[in-house]
Amino acid sequence: MDIKLTIDGKEVVVPQGTMLIDACRQAGADIPTFCYDPDLKLAGSCRMCVVQPKGWRNLVASCVTPAQNGMVIETDSPDVIESRKVVLELMLSRHKLTCHTCEKDGECNLQDYCYRYGVTESRFDGKVHNLFKDDSNPFIERDYDKCIMCTRCVRACDEITGARAINIMDRGHHAKISTAFDGELVDSPCVFCGQCIMVCPVGALTSKIAAGKGKAAQNDKVLTTCTYCGTGCTLELNVKNDKIVGVTSNRDPELSPVNRGALCVKGRFGWDFVNSPERLTTPLIKENGEFREASWDEALGLAAEKIKGIKEQYGPDSLSMFSSARITNEENYLAQKLMRAAIGSNNVDHCARL
Amino acid sequence: MTNSINELESDAKCIFLIGTNTTENHPVIGYKIRQNVLKNGAKLIVADPRKIELAELADVYIPFKPGTDVALFNGMMNVIINEGLADSKFIENRTEGYEAMAEIVAKYPPEVAAEICGVDAEDIIKAARLYAESEASSVCYAMGLTQHSTGTDNVKSCCNLALLTGNLGKPGTGVNPLRGQNNVQGACDMGALPVVFTAYQNVTNDEARAKFEKAWGVTLSGINGLTLTKTINKAYEGEIKGLIVIGENPMVSDPDLHHVEEALEKLDLLLVQDIFLTETAKKADIVLPGVSFAEKDGTFSNTERRVQRVRKAISNVGDARQDWEILCDLSTRLGYPMSYNTPEEIFEEIRTLTPSYAGISYARLEGEGLPWPCPTEDHPGTPILHKEKFNRGLGLFHAIEYIEPAELPDDEYPIILTTGRSLYHYHTGTMTRKASGLDEFMPSNVVQISSPLAKANNIVDGEKIRVTTRRGSIELEAEVIDGIRENVIFTYFHFAETAANYLTNASVLDPVAGIPEYKVSAARIEKI
Repeated sequence: MDIKLTIDGKEVVVPQGTMLIDACRQAGADIPTFCYDPDLKLAGSCRMCVVQPKGWRNLVASCVTPAQNGMVIETDSPDVIESRKVVLELMLSRHKLTCHTCEKDGECNLQDYCYRYGVTESRFDGKVHNLFKDDSNPFIERDYDKCIMCTRCVRACDEITGARAINIMDRGHHAKISTAFDGELVDSPCVFCGQCIMVCPVGALTSKIAAGKGKAAQNDKVLTTCTYCGTGCTLELNVKNDKIVGVTSNRDPELSPVNRGALCVKGRFGWDFVNSPERLTTPLIKENGEFREASWDEALGLAAEKIKGIKEQYGPDSLSMFSSARITNEENYLAQKLMRAAIGSNNVDHCARL
Repeated sequence: MTNSINELESDAKCIFLIGTNTTENHPVIGYKIRQNVLKNGAKLIVADPRKIELAELADVYIPFKPGTDVALFNGMMNVIINEGLADSKFIENRTEGYEAMAEIVAKYPPEVAAEICGVDAEDIIKAARLYAESEASSVCYAMGLTQHSTGTDNVKSCCNLALLTGNLGKPGTGVNPLRGQNNVQGACDMGALPVVFTAYQNVTNDEARAKFEKAWGVTLSGINGLTLTKTINKAYEGEIKGLIVIGENPMVSDPDLHHVEEALEKLDLLLVQDIFLTETAKKADIVLPGVSFAEKDGTFSNTERRVQRVRKAISNVGDARQDWEILCDLSTRLGYPMSYNTPEEIFEEIRTLTPSYAGISYARLEGEGLPWPCPTEDHPGTPILHKEKFNRGLGLFHAIEYIEPAELPDDEYPIILTTGRSLYHYHTGTMTRKASGLDEFMPSNVVQISSPLAKANNIVDGEKIRVTTRRGSIELEAEVIDGIRENVIFTYFHFAETAANYLTNASVLDPVAGIPEYKVSAARIEKI
């Protein structure tokens, strides 16, 4: 059944059971959120998404409040703005403001909302925790002093990956995200998929492999398909100055149909081989047991001459080719075409069996 | 896969994993299976000699002896038939060969199968009931099922089980091989196989050959070519004189590496095209630098047959060239000119010769990609195969007897060695061992040993030991664990310096597929 409500003076019709946040967004309102994530269970904890229903005593968190027929909602009233400012101040009270060196600078919800509401500092400058960073592993850095306790990482770890490596420890101002017995990630069931980094709205969780190579907001992102196993996950190669500087993922099922943003440790953190100084950059020819650099013309000329010689002396079936499960379809097609049409043998295979 | 990946997260009510360590080798598929079990209560059956992560969540875990897959399947089918759990309507309407199969299966009551597999008969019965009684059951497998001298039989048995219970052609069902490499499906689709052109059109079929001869303007050979494993053997025997290797590393990935090395050394020409100077490239006469996935445009086809775009993010490194350009140049120099401006142009040619890809274009691949078969431009692709009928019409049951692995443990080599992959590395390690984080996290190989076996050999966790088979030996660190069959040891094949494939057997292959028996070698372990 559909219900009707008025949001910022605009009438909208939504199915019963729709949360206010979705109704508001349908009406074109820009509702700020931290803990809300459409792919994860609702937490309703950050209170950033509050809106004001006419005639209600309190503001309500729109992410966990079902829309009701006839409701009149304001999403930008002075009370709503004031409330959001206080939420931001409370978050700043335990968030280390080192935006200038932060990987998430320019892609941080906290930064964006503080800008939007003009919150420059916090009145709540009580005891600062100065917790440590957990970087006991090569992949993920958790900076506790930037964590805003939205718990999206906890829910992603449970609801996307199912590793259940982290949860909330302690309560109130002492609350923090922790592994069992407050140990390090390496000693937990963490599989270093980095889904926690994907959902973190601030710079509390970042990739150690990408650290310092380029702020994500300033990188070009090229959507492509992962080079490892056969699942076919979509990922975004982050590019800066014609160099791969990171991998992020896109959660839109239209663009990332198989994995919907989820990746594994290899996909998210195993990309820097591309920049390895050991990459081959020039053709090589072996002479007296040693390689020497050669021009393409020389190397290809020599290869063709040797192939032709073998074919003439021993016939085409004395030649064979291992094509590759790692190159593209187009390249595999040409490889077998070369073997069959140019050399004249069906001796072409690849490591499907290995 | 007959079905699509996301069905494992939502549609499958029962998932049977055999020979797939999914959370390590196909992690994202592993997440989906786990979520289906945790959120939706899907039933989970795991059969594996190692207690893999997902075994912890399983309703039934069957730690069966490596290489006894056929007996396990036959035992399950025996239960299904005798308890009246078979889908008689499906068998009647969609299959043939039931009687011959049932006759063989009758010889494998669960107690007999359990004896062969070294497991509890009750678990076989429970697994059979769960699989047969669930509304939609999916069986997933990987190389744990196929890398046996009976690999083809194992896969056929898997199909028997699905046919017997009508678990094909519907959401959440299917026979689902999880393929291990980004484009292994595509390489097969594109005819990088010795017996077929693109889309599995046989080279021995006159009509298919005539079609390709016309398109390519040459006369083509109608003789089946050599598989990879046979090529190495023929090189060893001196019959193969020249070998072109593109982005493969047989000096780590192929069975019996001493044998591979000798074979490669006998060649008159070894031409390697790769992005790194791999162990194989080091043996080459000529090395041509290709480019990585980050530098190319094209398409990959994943394990569910979905064709997806690969997009160029950065320029070629150094003087390296696009692999397709290298192939065109070499072909032209061989007297068969090939010339294309872009990968898309190549794809357009592929479409004209490949019925299952005919409806796919780069424009249509923007967005979700398309699972083949996609025969026309208005065809939506085919996420689920065999809905109405099978390619051959009726689904064929195979009557399959259990055959023992080729190399069983004996007094001299009393242990079964089995090999596989880690979450943290990929295939021969060419890429992952040069990825800083992965290399730091897992810099070297280990061999997993059960606590009782370690104790019996006076070996402690972390100790360096020697593992020996009839082919050779490697020395590496022992990891003493509980979740592995007592008489089985496991090691990874990613590491060239302690390569598992120094130990594996090249002399016995599956007679149909030519796959080596990586999952069963007789071995012994020693303290150093």
